[in-house]
Amino acid sequence: MSLIALLLATTAPAALGDPRQEARAQSLDQEIRCVQCENEPIAQSTADIAVDMRALVRERIAAGDSDEEIRAFFRQRYGDFVLFRPPFDARTWALWAAPLLLGGAGLIAVLANRRRRSAAAVDFAPEEGER
Amino acid sequence: MIAEIGAFAAALALALSLGQGALGVFYPQSETRAAAAAAFAQATALCSALAFALLITLFLQSDFSVAVVASHSHIDKPLLYKIAGAWANHEGSMLLWCLVSASFGAIFASVRGRQSLGLWARTIGVQGFVTAGALIYTLFLSNPFARLDPAPWIGSGLNPLLQDPAVAVHPPLLYVGYVGMSVPFSLALAALLEGKADQAWARALRPWTLVAWTSLTLGIGLGSYWAYYELGWGGWWFWDPVENASFMPWLVAAALVHSAIVTERRGSLASWTILLAIMGFGLALLGTFLVRSGVLTSVHAFAVDPQRGIAVLVMLSVALGVGFGLYAWRASKLGQPSGFAAVSRESMLVWNNFGLAVAAGVVLIGTIYPLLVDAFGGGLISVGPPFFNATVSPLLALLFVLLPLGPMLTWRKGDLRAALKKLAPAAILAVLTLIIALVATQWRAVPAIGLMLGVWLIAGGLIYIWTRLQRGAGKFSAKLALLPLAVWSMSLAHIGAGVLTLGAVAETGFRTERAVALAPGEGVAFAGRRITLLEVGSIEGPNYTATRANFRVDQSSGAAQPLSAERRYFTTSPMPTTEVGILSSIDGDLYVALGEQVRETQGAWTVRLYHNPLVHLIFIGVILMTLGGGLSLVALARKRKAAP
Repeated sequence: MSLIALLLATTAPAALGDPRQEARAQSLDQEIRCVQCENEPIAQSTADIAVDMRALVRERIAAGDSDEEIRAFFRQRYGDFVLFRPPFDARTWALWAAPLLLGGAGLIAVLANRRRRSAAAVDFAPEEGER
Repeated sequence: MIAEIGAFAAALALALSLGQGALGVFYPQSETRAAAAAAFAQATALCSALAFALLITLFLQSDFSVAVVASHSHIDKPLLYKIAGAWANHEGSMLLWCLVSASFGAIFASVRGRQSLGLWARTIGVQGFVTAGALIYTLFLSNPFARLDPAPWIGSGLNPLLQDPAVAVHPPLLYVGYVGMSVPFSLALAALLEGKADQAWARALRPWTLVAWTSLTLGIGLGSYWAYYELGWGGWWFWDPVENASFMPWLVAAALVHSAIVTERRGSLASWTILLAIMGFGLALLGTFLVRSGVLTSVHAFAVDPQRGIAVLVMLSVALGVGFGLYAWRASKLGQPSGFAAVSRESMLVWNNFGLAVAAGVVLIGTIYPLLVDAFGGGLISVGPPFFNATVSPLLALLFVLLPLGPMLTWRKGDLRAALKKLAPAAILAVLTLIIALVATQWRAVPAIGLMLGVWLIAGGLIYIWTRLQRGAGKFSAKLALLPLAVWSMSLAHIGAGVLTLGAVAETGFRTERAVALAPGEGVAFAGRRITLLEVGSIEGPNYTATRANFRVDQSSGAAQPLSAERRYFTTSPMPTTEVGILSSIDGDLYVALGEQVRETQGAWTVRLYHNPLVHLIFIGVILMTLGGGLSLVALARKRKAAP
């Protein structure tokens, strides 16, 4: 039992002294993917690499990097895969535009349907007793 | 021998379901053949039930000469997990899928109601083919009755993460929800074949969409709660592909519940309702594909087998191909819609459907986009919580702004001014919430808007009940007792959505977390409390050993409470699991997860502390929504009894 525990022993969790910086680090932890795990941000993972990556986030923040610089740093190191927020580029514009495209298509469908319906003039008198 | 009888029963069910399909779909105008199709449906269900019961028997007997039992069970496993083990694996869960589909077919076949013969028979038939497809897949690609030679002495055990009472109900609920969408699909195809989707058709559709939606709501909610206390991550929703796979059918089912009301009451939106029913089942199948194929990495992907994935993809293509093909061919022949004004109950329900359908589409694109990019050689990308939070949340927010208006407007043509006047108190309350939240959070707009919407939904729901009580004369208590069940069910579901929103926003926006290293005797101040690690020791469970840490929590009021968290080491699995300690109070949960021993300091352990404000509202909201769905079913059943 204690043997297993010792094998799994880890380094003490890193945390930044400044609560504002630590909050930034924690929110970045949620966006960066643990490269060894199934599908988890480093914030959740107990894998060694995630522990190291969390420490790295704090190191970069302490060094004065902005959030954007830290994302770029991880992206350069591990590829796009490491970011849960996909970058906006030639491959992903359709992804980011999806809500607008789908919403626009839906809107056109609703309005076209309205027009067709109002062409067939109907009486809109409300019925009594309808809930 | 039991396994062979089981396989035979499943094969018999396949033959019967094919008969059910052929009789129902191809001879819908003959009373005797339709009755035969119905009888075949009952027989299919009976055989599937027998096969499933035999599979459970194999698990109870720990018959390790059967492959699934050997790889998912263990002699030491507690009884509950032996039984639940039957569906906590790929093969068994597919047999459950077949059983649910067959049972729904049988239930549908047992009540004809006011449906025309053709519609009723064809629905039974299509449902028969759905069951047959699932049985073919089960028997030929994931046979739960396959034998193993030589048989091992002990099984390899259930995935420890799954050893939790929730495993007994979470998968069956989700399957009732997923497969529940097959009946609306069958009804939609039958309507297209008949060339008619009238009010009687929508009346037949409504209970099934409610069954699917209600089970999905409870199933997803339960799964989310399970993840919350089992995974030890402090969160409850991760936008994991498998969560998305259940969320998409949920969104479509929610849209369908509403559009079917319009079709039943007013006869309009019939072709849209049909399209939704087809898409809903398609998404349920796609969910199965995403989970079973292992193309997306997830904790749920317990069967990584490309061949199976392709087979599900073929089933999906057939279902959607037939569905959309029939739709393109026949939809224009459907009945004339009746009109409604831009401000009316109908138009609000159209906007409801707009929001839910677009949200489902966005979730779908976000979930499969990494696959598409990879398939086109664009490399690996991840689409995770930041994307979904930025896109789906605003859509739902727009939907919630309009939601309380819907019930306030009458059918055909509503009075917007009167509705807004009645809702004014709710609006004032909501704006006050916004202002207070903005000031209290130092201008954090997103959570403040979220809280405002939650209050708006709850207050709007209460005002709707209130306005219904104002109608007519008589004593207040008498009117309260006479209020239709449908009013209660709808209001409960809508208020539940508001409560859920409050919890979700508070948890996501105001959660605090901290990871510390503590040695016994040491304490740390966190979220207005002081948490002290008392001792760490070992305990023995039925099939695991655990490290247990006991804590003392000193509240600011001076009261002290005990709390403990565990790490469990199962003999059958290399990965330890966490049993978190949760201390609930009115303002939220204190949540403690035990980590590993720390290298540098002798005897110290990493401990992750979370404070999850108002997190219980998430689960209360889910329960209210489930109650709303359930009561709505009761209301439909009563109404039908009164006027068959």
